[in-house]
Amino acid sequence: MKRLLTGNEAVARGAYEAGVTVASAYPGTPSTEILENIAKYKEIYSEWAPNEKVALEVAIGASIAGARAIAAMKHVGVNVAADPLFTFAYTGVNGGCILVTADDPGMHSSQNEQDNRYYAKSAKLVMLEPSDSQEAKDFVKLGYEISEMFDVPILLRLTTRICHSKTLVELEERQEVEIKEYNKNIAKYVATPANGRILHVKLEEKLKKLEEYSNNTPINKVEFNDKSIGIITSGVAYQYAKEVFGDNASYLKLGMTFPLPKQKIREFAEQVDKLYVIEELEPYLETEIKAMGIDVIGKELIPNIGELNPDIIREALLGEKKEIIEMNSEKIVSRPPTMCAGCPHRGLFYVLSKKKNVVITGDIGCYTLGSAPPLETMDTCICMGASVSAGHGFSKAFEVNGKEAKVFGVIGDSTFFHSGITGLIDIVYNKGNAATIILDNRITGMTGHQENPGTGYTLMGEVTEQIDLVKICEAIGVKHIEVINPLDLEETEKAIDKAINTDEPVVIITKWPCVLKKSPKEEIEEYGLDQRKICTVESDKCKQCKLCLKVGCPAISFEEGIGAIIDDTMCVGCDVCLQVCPFNAIVKVGE
Amino acid sequence: MSETKNILLVGVGGQGIILASKVLSKGLVDAGFDVKMSEVHGMAQRGGSVTTQVRYGEKVYSPIIGKGQADILVAFEKMEAMRWIEYLKPNGKLVINNYSIPSVPVLTGQVKYPENIIEELKEKVDTTVIDAANAARELGNIRTQNIIMLGALVKALNITEVNWEEAIRETVKEKYIDINLKAFNRGMELV
Ligand code: SF4
Ligand code: SF4
Repeated sequence: MKRLLTGNEAVARGAYEAGVTVASAYPGTPSTEILENIAKYKEIYSEWAPNEKVALEVAIGASIAGARAIAAMKHVGVNVAADPLFTFAYTGVNGGCILVTADDPGMHSSQNEQDNRYYAKSAKLVMLEPSDSQEAKDFVKLGYEISEMFDVPILLRLTTRICHSKTLVELEERQEVEIKEYNKNIAKYVATPANGRILHVKLEEKLKKLEEYSNNTPINKVEFNDKSIGIITSGVAYQYAKEVFGDNASYLKLGMTFPLPKQKIREFAEQVDKLYVIEELEPYLETEIKAMGIDVIGKELIPNIGELNPDIIREALLGEKKEIIEMNSEKIVSRPPTMCAGCPHRGLFYVLSKKKNVVITGDIGCYTLGSAPPLETMDTCICMGASVSAGHGFSKAFEVNGKEAKVFGVIGDSTFFHSGITGLIDIVYNKGNAATIILDNRITGMTGHQENPGTGYTLMGEVTEQIDLVKICEAIGVKHIEVINPLDLEETEKAIDKAINTDEPVVIITKWPCVLKKSPKEEIEEYGLDQRKICTVESDKCKQCKLCLKVGCPAISFEEGIGAIIDDTMCVGCDVCLQVCPFNAIVKVGE
Repeated sequence: MSETKNILLVGVGGQGIILASKVLSKGLVDAGFDVKMSEVHGMAQRGGSVTTQVRYGEKVYSPIIGKGQADILVAFEKMEAMRWIEYLKPNGKLVINNYSIPSVPVLTGQVKYPENIIEELKEKVDTTVIDAANAARELGNIRTQNIIMLGALVKALNITEVNWEEAIRETVKEKYIDINLKAFNRGMELV
């Protein structure tokens, strides 16, 4: 049976068919749906880990225990998991193990566009790169075979376009794979320096054999057509190249890109007149091929910035441009993403936006949108967890310079569990005075509502212990902890002012469920969510001062001559604008 | 049919574009085509623009197309039509929903929502204007705009090989099947 699946769904299906039994991940676009789909197969134990390092370590443990295991993350997540990854290549596996990295060329929703193919080379892992959903599924299954045959972990590299495009996939049955026997083997699994030195030698030997495999595997395939042009390519770039050149060129399509099939590359190069390397982002293949002494054309024509597409290739290599319909682009207004109507982060950011002499160090999540107009309350955003620790660095530098400014690190609940805790420990331990605001919206919002240790539910839908943020902060040694309702501007302002005037570590937890969250009954009752009434503007009272526009709620618009207008289909009655209007022109509907 | 057809659907998060694309792709797959569909919904739920591309034919390579390549552009929102019109073939078809959703810079009064969009587009390209919002209201559910637009798309491209009723039945929630079937037919009539 053939079905249209996204690359992520196909990876999940591949894991199911390959008999995987343990899967762990931290959500991150574009990788999130891999675990969400694996969780639908009850044969596989699947979980959200608090971060990517933990996710990979769970997979490593399961693999050494003898099970086929998978960990999935986005490209920047691999940076977090890099520590165990490099050593895992040394120890090798017992049950097969795959790490999926979902790279984001074009930065559809990421802070950088790193090319994780370099991780394979640097950590010495076998790398497979599918070019559509069928291959995504097939390569997962093949990956487990290679992993167990050569005793190595596999890096499966996807890109956003593979993750989120649907292409046809042939479904097959699950093959039950028994958990392999586990035998204690200190020399293999305990990476002390003495063992490591031997393991490194063994790994290099494995890589030599793997290069031979790479030369012979059918997933590194040659398609001969017209031999005047030869194209070496991998991943989705293969599809783009085919789209442009069709049968007017010959191809070496690489499915396994580390170790590279050098012999095959050499043979292919000899048979074609002109050789191109078509790859997205960095010149990974190109540099390797040039180092073999083979002349190729690549990045001098194809950019190493942004997502690749057939147009870029067509223009760069053939000098062809499609005719387009031109419009006056100045007329087109941008449509930036915004915090939703009723978003609980809005109240906090509104209060912060009015404070002078504060620095806000931000983090990765919905609340990064607090950096956008009209609120613009964010000074930095580096990576997950950096709000707390970079905030600490900021405040220490200010301290040394004698500059009086309060630093607030803002971080989400899931992100705090991910890597905010260690930063907070640093602040307390090293006598910092940066304040930490944990925006607890009771869910992982940005990636589309995944459970996390604070929500009380697991990925598989089971009720579990809720990790108590207040108690954690207490245990770390924070003495000033406040839990507030961020939709209550007065309460929020008080807490912020108190923090500004305190020279010790402070944690403010803004607790209110995400407006898009499907709250369970208890939560609806706890927060009175069903009691809320939407707001409206009494236009005769509106003085057209536009102050309510400063909260940036997408439900509020303004018309010259009439005043503010609230869209009754969007407003959820969070009351933030109502508290802001100095003329009491905003009222509750029906009151 | 040997040539690959390129369909581009654009609009704003919450308009049901992804669901319409699912019905479209499902129908095309069942009719035996090779189909590739690409979604960009970066932060769709947060008011951003949403696009999907559906390509079908005997053999499809790239899941995405570039500028000047869509056979048809179906815009669920007026300004989004302007944003994506470059992707349409100069002799392609535009099906546009006469419906506007102001973005935040418009809401906050920084810039004005563009005027005369439809008039300008009509001058340059074969344009069919659909009033899907009113048609959906008449049917009794404003949320069926997406399937009305789908019906219009199918009629405009004249895709006859597909059993659309079945594609709709298998994709939408049971209790919405009837109204969506009506919406689809309504969309066909509007072109
Ligand atoms: S803050 Fe009040 S008075 Fe000012 S524009 Fe908004 S509704 Fe009108
Ligand atoms: S009450 Fe005001 S701020 Fe809150 S959702 Fe409604 S319009 Fe937006």
